[in-house]
Amino acid sequence: MASLPIITYPDSRLKTPSEPVEKVDEALLAFIADLEQTMRAGPGGVGIAAPQVGRAIRVAIVDVSSRKDTPNNGRVVLINPEITKWDGFAVGREGCMSVPDYTGAVIRAEKIELQCLDELGAERTYQMEGFEARAAQHEIDHLDGLLFLDRLVSRSGDLFRRKAYKKKGE
Amino acid sequence: MSGWTMLTIIGEDRPGIVAAVTKILYEKGMNLGEASMLRLGGAFTIMLMVQGAASADDVARIVQPVAEPMGLRVHADPIEGKLHDHVEPNARITIFGADRAGIVAKATGALAEAGYNISLLETDVGGSQVEPIYIMQMEGVASRGIQSLKDSLAGLAREGVEISVEPIDTMIG
Ligand SMILES: [Zn+2]
Repeated sequence: MASLPIITYPDSRLKTPSEPVEKVDEALLAFIADLEQTMRAGPGGVGIAAPQVGRAIRVAIVDVSSRKDTPNNGRVVLINPEITKWDGFAVGREGCMSVPDYTGAVIRAEKIELQCLDELGAERTYQMEGFEARAAQHEIDHLDGLLFLDRLVSRSGDLFRRKAYKKKGE
Repeated sequence: MSGWTMLTIIGEDRPGIVAAVTKILYEKGMNLGEASMLRLGGAFTIMLMVQGAASADDVARIVQPVAEPMGLRVHADPIEGKLHDHVEPNARITIFGADRAGIVAKATGALAEAGYNISLLETDVGGSQVEPIYIMQMEGVASRGIQSLKDSLAGLAREGVEISVEPIDTMIG
């Protein structure tokens, strides 16, 4: 296992869509182990996608289980993930290991359902919400050649106010 | 490598201010850093980090020829650049209520005592002329946690001001 170098924007590989994985094999599992080690060594440690280490394949890892009071599915390996359902939206702040020293407000679905393959090559469905759903959407964006910079919204825009308004009406 | 200047420009709002100021800086070979440019009341305000001149006074002299015809006032101070050194805010506070004297001073005084370091503060006056309301949004670092901020604002909340203190959970992935 080895920690891999993270590539950073404006490296064009971060803006390039990745190809689906065709076979879950030993080589892929070894890569996933390296990818996970790289994620855990990073500043956030909650998510990483293969393009961030320069591999254009549809593989990502999400693990928000170390955060307190955060609903989660534990350590989740996403191979060829597809989001199949979206529900609600929330503004939250994001940063990226591939975009050092900048964070910004991004709108994401509050809840998602996603389908993917796991490390045995079996089909899996996950329900995610909140911080974990945000992490998964951020990583799946990487597989589509998108960064959180592509989705920035004004930090003091209408959406914060709308959110506060919604909360009062609960 | 020359130092950084904080260039402050203020004037009556009109189209083309930003374009004119940044064009002359570009033509004179200046490098731009972080900036805040916004309309406050009827004025347009620019705070802009500029690098490349021998002194802050030189930066002011460079923009003077475009500032003067547009009725803009220019001020320049030497500052430390400190780019690539962002402080990550972890608490957002929104306060609003009927406009009255002292809200900002009371709120920020209490927050400072509770260990809150403000990195961004924006206020607006909304509502009608007869019944203005005051809206204040802040981002900053709560060095002693969210609860201490809530506690510090409890007195203000009892005066009928709406207060929300929320953590900013930055997702880095
Ligand atoms: Zn990222």
